Amino acid sequence: MSIVTRELNGVHFFEINDELTIYTAAMMKQELQDLLSKQDELEISLEKVSDIDSAGVQILILLHQQAEKKGKALRFIKHNRQVIDVLETLNLEAFFGDPIVLPAKEFEYA
Amino acid sequence: MLDDTKKIFIQESEELLEQMENALLEMEQVPDDAEHLNSVFRAIHTIKGAAGIFGFDAIVAFTHPVESVMDNVRNGIRLVDPDLVALLLKCKDHTANLVESISDGQEDISEALLEAGQTLLDELNPEQKSGALDVVKNKRENIEVSDRKNASDDNWVISLDFKSDALRNGLDPLSFINYLKRMGEIVEIITFTHDFPCWEDMEPESCYLSFRIALLSSASKEEIKSVFEFAMDDCELRIIPPRSELEKYLALLEELTGEELNKLGELLIQVGALTEQELSNALQVQSSVLSDDAATQEVKPLGEILVEQHVVSKGVVDKAVEKQESIREKIAQETQYIRVDADRLGQLINLVGELVISNAAVKLLVEKHDLADVQEVVNGVEGLVENIRDHALQLRMVQIGDTFSRFRRVVRDVSKDLNKDVELVITGGEAELDKTVVEKINDPLTHLVRNSLDHGFETPEERVAQGKPKKGVLRLNALHDSGHIVIQIADDGAGLDTKKIRKKAEEKGLIYAGQELSHREILRLIFEPGLTTKDTASNISGRGVGMDVVKRNIDALRGSIEVDSERGKGTLVTIHLPLTLAIIEGFMVGVEKERFVIPLSMVEECVEMDTNEWHLDKNSHYVNLRGQVMPYIKLSEFFGVNYQHGRRGRESLVVVRVGRAKAGIVVDRLFGELQTVIKPLGKVFQGLKGVSGATVLGSGDIALILDVQGLIGLASAKASDVKTLESV
Repeated sequence: MSIVTRELNGVHFFEINDELTIYTAAMMKQELQDLLSKQDELEISLEKVSDIDSAGVQILILLHQQAEKKGKALRFIKHNRQVIDVLETLNLEAFFGDPIVLPAKEFEYA
Repeated sequence: MLDDTKKIFIQESEELLEQMENALLEMEQVPDDAEHLNSVFRAIHTIKGAAGIFGFDAIVAFTHPVESVMDNVRNGIRLVDPDLVALLLKCKDHTANLVESISDGQEDISEALLEAGQTLLDELNPEQKSGALDVVKNKRENIEVSDRKNASDDNWVISLDFKSDALRNGLDPLSFINYLKRMGEIVEIITFTHDFPCWEDMEPESCYLSFRIALLSSASKEEIKSVFEFAMDDCELRIIPPRSELEKYLALLEELTGEELNKLGELLIQVGALTEQELSNALQVQSSVLSDDAATQEVKPLGEILVEQHVVSKGVVDKAVEKQESIREKIAQETQYIRVDADRLGQLINLVGELVISNAAVKLLVEKHDLADVQEVVNGVEGLVENIRDHALQLRMVQIGDTFSRFRRVVRDVSKDLNKDVELVITGGEAELDKTVVEKINDPLTHLVRNSLDHGFETPEERVAQGKPKKGVLRLNALHDSGHIVIQIADDGAGLDTKKIRKKAEEKGLIYAGQELSHREILRLIFEPGLTTKDTASNISGRGVGMDVVKRNIDALRGSIEVDSERGKGTLVTIHLPLTLAIIEGFMVGVEKERFVIPLSMVEECVEMDTNEWHLDKNSHYVNLRGQVMPYIKLSEFFGVNYQHGRRGRESLVVVRVGRAKAGIVVDRLFGELQTVIKPLGKVFQGLKGVSGATVLGSGDIALILDVQGLIGLASAKASDVKTLESV
């Protein structure tokens, strides 16, 4: 499973622990679909996304649209640098509407 | 002082304005004709462009809103109605005024003119008062504003639609966009998410992405395109150039000096608006259509395909097509026309005249010395000189049509002022005559046309009451007749009231009360000074000055004018004019030792004395030629020639004709045809009756050229009992 359930300070969330690319797109779609069908409210961390490409972005876009359609609360959290870059490049931050917080660790490096 | 470029601007503007006027008048008739619309638009557009180049800001400021209106009309946003056409005509006039004020050398346009322009513009755009005045006044400010505006939308717009197999084929749209960042700054990017499939239908490996990207870059279209080189097969790419780039294309197109006719595609590639590949794609589309459906479908023009594919904007294609057209026209014109200074032509014709005289002198000497071998050469030279003469004269020939079509406006405006409904029909506009004659005929024609509109035509109500068609018809016709051009101005109006003319003429003391006059003679009275039949003078005509001036002008051109009219049916004015004022074919006659030349075109026939075909009736001053009676004049008596030997030679009769009037001229000798170079008489002799000019003979002697028309008049007057017989 590329998506694992995590708990931080008593809050449960899901973490994508794989690359989000054309190679994993089919699998990701399946797993995220399962997840969405079971949960009414879910937070997905993108912190551990090791790579993201256009196919991955498509998945995120579609998942977001689907959640809206089904009336479910979906939030992407903990965007890592690479994800932020891609969303910025494609000007999609506003589309997802999730607050993007720069990881503290990276902030320190910066 | 005007420099040459300014002169060119003025001249071209005048030509364009004339075209514009003609097109507008056509538009009035056929409001939906795209061709006329376009030609109006092009005219105003070109004037604006040229004015911009020369820095005539006032013209730019005025023509720009007019052009915008025309653009709206072209795009169907605004409809053509008579009011708009009338307004546009006024705009045309105003533009002409502006151009004129420049040609007068005024640097600043007068306030009054500017305000008049503003009033027109306000009328043109009632809802939005465009401040053309302010544009001129605050030009600098304006430019700054527009600069800033340009900066904000001076971006390339790239539309990138990936096909669904893009991802499977190993392409990553993201990487292209990242790569694109190297070409310049991505100002804006829109990732289209609205046509994504629903989650269930989505195939994770298919690509659904499409982007619209605004790129600020100084790269060329070809360079930008190269970014997507590897994705060509898997995406739909359209690159829309920024506005400045559009302007650059347009400017480049404008600047292209077309020596040869390029294909549209080549033109567009040349300025960078089109890439090679886009062209080959479009050509493929074009040819595939052709092969698919060759029988039924017309081949789409390349430009249309390019616009459909959004490869090139319509404006650029239009401009390129226009350029292509203008190059084509230019090439065509260059082969057909050279602009030549009229003075130079005049010089050439003078020289040719001298050549004709010199040639005659040589011929005379050759005959005198009986040089048979030289004779042959001289004959050859004579033939060539004749050819040169004809060609030289031909150079000055212009069609009368241009002069005629100027009257469209006159007819339109005047008839509108007078609440009359008159249509102008022009025929024979291709008839040619000497440019100097054309220039001088304009004023008399204007008089006649105005007269006809004012006096001749009835109001539509009156016409209907008389059972005539509501719309009057004014005809301008030109035709060639025996070395003359005949210009006819015919109307189907009320005709001249001979009773009224007679009454007025009696009042003015031009004729005696009760004097017996033929219909034609009464009609001729209208050419007498101070006679008008109109009871009230209008600002158009009716002041009784005009017809006599018209006649004087025509006389000065060695022409004649006749009027024919029937009450209630209409009036026909016929003007005969010589084709040229320089060199004519003459017929030389002699009286004792004097030589006279009669224009050959007026000579009907010559009859020798010995025959029994003609008899002079000295009492009543007429000659009876084979039963035909006509007035005659004896040149020896007329010019008071003294016969040295008291002996008279055989006499001959030359029958001359002008229009319908015929007369006989009795002379001593007939010499035959002669190329006659007309030399004007000095001022002192201009009042002479019966002589219109002089020519130099080969012998160096002078021969007078007879004013045939004047002579006919004098002969008719003498033969007062005998009416001038009309040729049937």
